[in-house]
Order: sequence, then C-alpha cells, then structure tokens
Amino acid sequence: MDTSMLLVVGLLMTAIAYIAGRGRSISVASGVGGVKNLNSLPFYYGALTALWCGIPSFLLLAIWAIFDDYFISQIVVQELPEHVKNMSESELGLLMNTVVNTAQNSSLGLSSEPHILQAAERLRGLEQTNQMAMTVAFISAGIIMMMATWLRIKSNMPARVHVEHAFKWLLLGSACVAIFTTVGIVLSVLFESLRFFQSVPVTDFLFGLQWSPQMAIRADQVGGSGAFGAVPLFAGTMLISMIAMLIAVPTGLMAAIYLAEYAHPKVRSTIKPVLEVLAGVPTVVYGFFAALTVAPVLRDTGSLIGLDVSSESALAAGLVMGVMIIPFVSSLSDDVITAVPQSLRDGSFGLGATHSETIKKVVIPAALPGIVGGVLLAVSRAIGETMIVVMAAGLAAHLTMNPLESVTTVTVQIVKTLVGDQEFNSPKTLSAFALGLMLFTVTLVLNFIALQVVKKYREQYE
Amino acid sequence: MEAVIQKKSEKQGIDEVMPSNEPQDIQVGDKTVGKPFADNPKMAMRNVNVHYGDKQAIFDVNLDIAKNEVIAMIGPSGCGKSTFLRCLNRMNDTIESCRVTGQFILDDQDIYHPKQDIVPLRARVGMVFQKPNPFPKSIYENVAYGPKIHGLASRRVELDEIVEVSLRKAGLWEEVKDRLHSAGTGLSGGQQQRLCIARSIAVSPEVILMDEPCSALDPIATAKIEELIAELKQNFTIAIVTHSMQQAARVSDRTAYFHLGKLIEVNDTKRVFTNPEHDLTEAYITGRFG
Ligand SMILES: Nc1ncnc2c1ncn2[C@@H]1O[C@H](COP(=O)(O)OP(=O)(O)OP(=O)(O)O)[C@@H](O)[C@H]1O
Ligand SMILES: [Mg+2]
Repeated sequence: MDTSMLLVVGLLMTAIAYIAGRGRSISVASGVGGVKNLNSLPFYYGALTALWCGIPSFLLLAIWAIFDDYFISQIVVQELPEHVKNMSESELGLLMNTVVNTAQNSSLGLSSEPHILQAAERLRGLEQTNQMAMTVAFISAGIIMMMATWLRIKSNMPARVHVEHAFKWLLLGSACVAIFTTVGIVLSVLFESLRFFQSVPVTDFLFGLQWSPQMAIRADQVGGSGAFGAVPLFAGTMLISMIAMLIAVPTGLMAAIYLAEYAHPKVRSTIKPVLEVLAGVPTVVYGFFAALTVAPVLRDTGSLIGLDVSSESALAAGLVMGVMIIPFVSSLSDDVITAVPQSLRDGSFGLGATHSETIKKVVIPAALPGIVGGVLLAVSRAIGETMIVVMAAGLAAHLTMNPLESVTTVTVQIVKTLVGDQEFNSPKTLSAFALGLMLFTVTLVLNFIALQVVKKYREQYE
Repeated sequence: MEAVIQKKSEKQGIDEVMPSNEPQDIQVGDKTVGKPFADNPKMAMRNVNVHYGDKQAIFDVNLDIAKNEVIAMIGPSGCGKSTFLRCLNRMNDTIESCRVTGQFILDDQDIYHPKQDIVPLRARVGMVFQKPNPFPKSIYENVAYGPKIHGLASRRVELDEIVEVSLRKAGLWEEVKDRLHSAGTGLSGGQQQRLCIARSIAVSPEVILMDEPCSALDPIATAKIEELIAELKQNFTIAIVTHSMQQAARVSDRTAYFHLGKLIEVNDTKRVFTNPEHDLTEAYITGRFG
C-alpha cells in the first residue's frame, strides 16, 4: 500500500479502536453495576484506546517515512562497483539522481550503463520491499497497541485523567510549533548572516555609508563595486517610519479620544469598525495608492510652489503608511483609554474639572503607558512594512533626510536582492539575511519594550 | 428544604411571627416626618424627583442642610442615597439617562439654573467617593490638581502652602511630608481616602459630599476619617452617606432616613437612634431589614 493509503487505513484503525475501547468499557461496566461505577465515562475509554492506537503507529510511520530513503540509497550505493563508489560526493549525488529517475521511469532512457540499470533495478526492488514492510509494521503496531489498551481497560482505570493529559500535550505541541518555527527562522537568518559577515566585515555593514550590492559574479564581468554599508537603508527606513508616525500618532490618538470619551455609543459602534477596516486593506492596495495617486499629487503640488519633488518620494510612502497605521494606534489607544477607571474621571469632575481638562490631565496620563505601548507596536509595524515602500519610495539608496527625495528601506533592499536570478552564495544575496537579522532585532527590541510597558500599565490597575 | 422550614414554623407557634424582610404593614406616608428643614440652610432642596430613564429613583424629597452641620443619610441599599447626594453637585449630569427635577438652592443660588456653570459649583460643593480614587500622579500633584484647575495659586509657594494646609487638615501631612512626590496610588487605602479628602479640601469647598467614604477601609482608618469629619465640621458643611449606623451616630448632627426613594424621616441623630419617630426608621435601625 502506498503511504496515503496507509494514512486512511490508520484513521480507520483509530476509529475502530475508539469503538472497541468504548464497547469494552461498557461491557466491563456491566460487571460492576453500570456505567456510573466506571472511573470515567465510556467516551474517555474509547478516546484513550484511539489515542494509544493512533499516536504510536502514526509516529512509527512518520519516522519510517523520514529515514527509509536514506537507508535504501545507502544500500544501493554500497552495491555500486568500486570505481563509481570512489567518485566525489557531488558526482555520486548526480549519479544517484539518475538512478532514482531511471527507477521511476525506465522508458526515459536516461542512461544505458549497466551498473546504473542494475542499481535502478535494485532500488525498485528495495522500495517495494520497504513499502510492504512499512505497511505490515504500521498496521500491526496499531492493532497491537489497540489490543494492549483494550485488555488494560478496568472499571477503576482513570481514563479521563489520561485523556486530559494527552490533550494538554497536544496543546503544548501546538504552542511549540510556533516557537520552534520562530527559533528556526532566527537560526537560519543568523547562520546565513554569519556567512555574509565572512565576506563583508560587520563594521562595514553597520557603519558603511554606501549601499550598492551589485557585484561581479565572474571575474571577467563588469560589475559594481559591491559596497554593503547599511546606513542609507536604515536612514531611509527611519525617515519613512518617522513621517508615518507623525501622521498616525496624532490622528490615531485624537480619533481614539473622540471615540472613547465623546462619541455617542451608537456613533462609536459604527466608526470603530470602519476604522478597523482600514487595517484590513491589503498593503499592496495602499502601495499603488501611494505610487499612483499620492506621489503624482505631491510632485505636482511641489512643482506649483517651486519645490523639486521626485516622483518616488519618502513623503508619499510615509504619508500613506501613516494612514495605514492609524487604526493600530487608534484601536489600541481606544482600548486603554476606555480601561481608565470611571472613578478617576468622577474624581476629576468632582473637583470641578471640565471634560477636556479631565482628559488632558487625568485620563491621558493614566493611559499613557498603554498608549506608548500601542505606538511602539505601530512603529515596529512601520519599520517592517514592505509593499508600500517598494512601490512608492524608490530603490536608490540615497543617504538623505530630505523627505522629497527618493530613499530606500531595509525591506525594499531585501526584496530587491532576492528577486530575479541570483547566485545563492554571493554576498549580494546573503546581505538580505544580514538586513533581515538587523530588522528582526530592531522590531524584536521594540516589541519587547512595548510589551513591558503595556504590562506595567496593566499591573497598575489590577 | 421546604420541609425543614415548615417544621420550624410549626414549632414557633402562632404568636411568634418571623420578622419579614419588608415590613409591608408599615405605612410609608407622603410626608417626611421630623425636622427636614433648618433655620439657616446652607443648601435647600425642594420637590426633588430623579428618574433613570423610565425608572424613578427619588420621590419628592424636601430637605435642608444647615450651615456647618454633618448630616448623615442612611437607608437600605438601592434606596437612592447616592443618587440624591450626587444631585447636590450635579455629578448626575454625567449619567445620560438621569433626569433631575426640583429646586436645589445653595446660598440663594439655584444650582440647576440653566446659566449655572458647573465648574465653580463643583469647586464649592466637593465630593469624596466610596472607593479611594487618587489620580495616578504624585501626592503633591493630587492635591494641587484642583487649585491648578481653578487658578487658586499664582505662584509655586502659594500652591505649596495650599497643599500643605489641605494635607494637614486631612490629617495626612505628618505621614507623607517626606514623600510628597511619590505616587499617590502607593499609599494605603485609608491614606488614599484621606488624600482624596485633602484633594477636595484644597479647592476650599463650602460643602463636602461623602458617599460611603469608609466602606473600603479597615476600622482604624475609619476611626481616623471619623475624627477628621468631626474637625472638618468647623469649616465645612458635610453630607455623608453611610451604611454603618454606628458611624452615623458617631459623626452626624442630623440623620436622614431614605426608603425606596422617599425621605422618610429626618431628625437629630440622637433622636433617630434612640427614639425614632417613624416605624420604618425604627425597623431599619433595629436591624429588621436593610
Ligand atoms: N446609572 C444608573 N442608571 C440606572 N439606574 C440607576 C443608576 N444608578 C442608580 N440607579 C438606580 O437608582 C436607585 C437608587 O440607586 P442609588 O445608587 O442611589 O442607591 P443607594 O442608596 O446609594 O444604594 P447603595 O447603598 O447600595 O449604594 C437604584 O434602584 C438603582 O438601581
Ligand atoms: Mg450608593
């Protein structure tokens, strides 16, 4: 049976195990005076049997499926003639590739050398045996485990506790998937960055003022110098993020104050969702809005008043990004402002403060840590934003603080170095990892600070 | 359960009637008995009715609060004490569904007059709440908050002076003078409540409204606040809502008893607790319901 068939069989076995376990518990129960005298409900005995049957056999299947290819190819390689075995690693890899392809489809006629044909034949044979062995092992493991559990079912067996335990592990496992993925990403980025830093010194990368990653791939090619100074990129990122925050923080905050303090509940319940729709607009839509609508308007207005605005400007990207971030700021701030206890407002009103005085002097200061947390989250969002800047900010790595010029950002350069045909080992490609690492570090630190601030704020009112 | 109850009442016989939770047999009456009026009222309330939406919470209450007296308001939970108290400095304005009618006179001034500005009104009639609610600022800033808003001090020294005097009057100065600039929320519950009292004293109000100011405090902190009320009486007029009859007996000059939104009886505190005029008042203070 092939592996997908085995999966179906496995599910079937598990279902049978459930029914068997449940039935067994009921028949055990009749011996001790009914289901109410069982330690747990019949459902739990069924579930326990199913788990004991399903988990070990599927685990076995998974491990088997991971390692069988390796062992089979080892056997095939061992049986190759001596002169072939002594070939270099990569040549051997190529040869094995041919063998595998021949084994899968001999009519292709990839090779007519006898030792390859022979090896392919051997491979096919081994694979068939392997598949059979796997089927037998899988099914018998399932049945044995099912029987063993079935026999162990007694009226005093705490099946519910066991099942709850298993459930807890399942939840833990799911949580671990997220953590391990993160760790995996970080490690891969880290190692690739280290490779990058072998060819480009860290100091050059961190403090260099020139970014032109074009490099000659072959010696006879005419190429760029290959300067990897990341400062212009970070400056561009900061410039655009700053413009975005200048838009988003005041607007978002004031919107939040209006919603939390002044708006009639009915108004609030319509405006808030509408604002949050802004957060749901795909960033690529914002991107072409920035590139095709905002940027030309800025350029035309600029030329009217005699300013030279480039058609791709930090300003256009920053403005649109700011609009995109407004709902983050407003929604988070709205939450923390609403969370300020009414008793504080009453205290202030009771002293004769007006509504706006109360907001300025009591509500906002009380909510400030939460607001700061929200803003920091928004900043890290702005720094990591890619689509808008790719489309609206430009690609040229100018080191400038003039928002009317085109700048580029870290994310844009990552995109740029990785699209198109690339040699995977060139510093240009690897530089993307270094940039990614920097970006990751910065946003991680920002998020960490934000979470700390928000946590502190929560403690204050609990 | 039911069987048990039946047995009990069988045993008790017919002449021992279980005290009912709501003494329906006692007539509420339309008029407040006792002495609701005063010769030199600081505040005078006439024909006060309060509705929350369609629900009426206060029914036709008439009451005077005399100058420099402490008046206690008692009554079962939900009878409208807080509602009535909050009317006195228009704190009910912040509740949308709340509708207040009737006359509220503070020194010949109608506080619900359309032209009345609530900012100076609340400076004259201050309020202390049930739960201590210091602002998340320093102790100094908490007390200085009101004076700053009302522009009571033009120079820093004046403000310092106000803060010190208020804290002294609230009996908190000795405890906090070395840490005026640490957070007000870091004080103990009783200290926080005295801070809130200092905060309302700082704007030199004429009347201080207190809504169960000790209900979140332990007996020692409560005793301190009660002492404080006795002292504050010299300079201020105080209306206090309390659930503790002992507290009402200890601190107040007159006591007003509310029942289901009606003002049943107002009398000298001594009289209310020794020889109440109205049967409902008696039922309440003897603990037959509440
Ligand atoms: N904001 C409000 N909206 C609607 N009804 C309210 C509101 N506040 C109070 N009420 C109602 O008005 C009535 C009087 O309430 P109030 O808070 O004045 O009672 P109280 O005497 O202070 O009670 P307690 O001793 O429990 O504090 C109650 O029936 C209450 O349900
Ligand atoms: Mg109350």
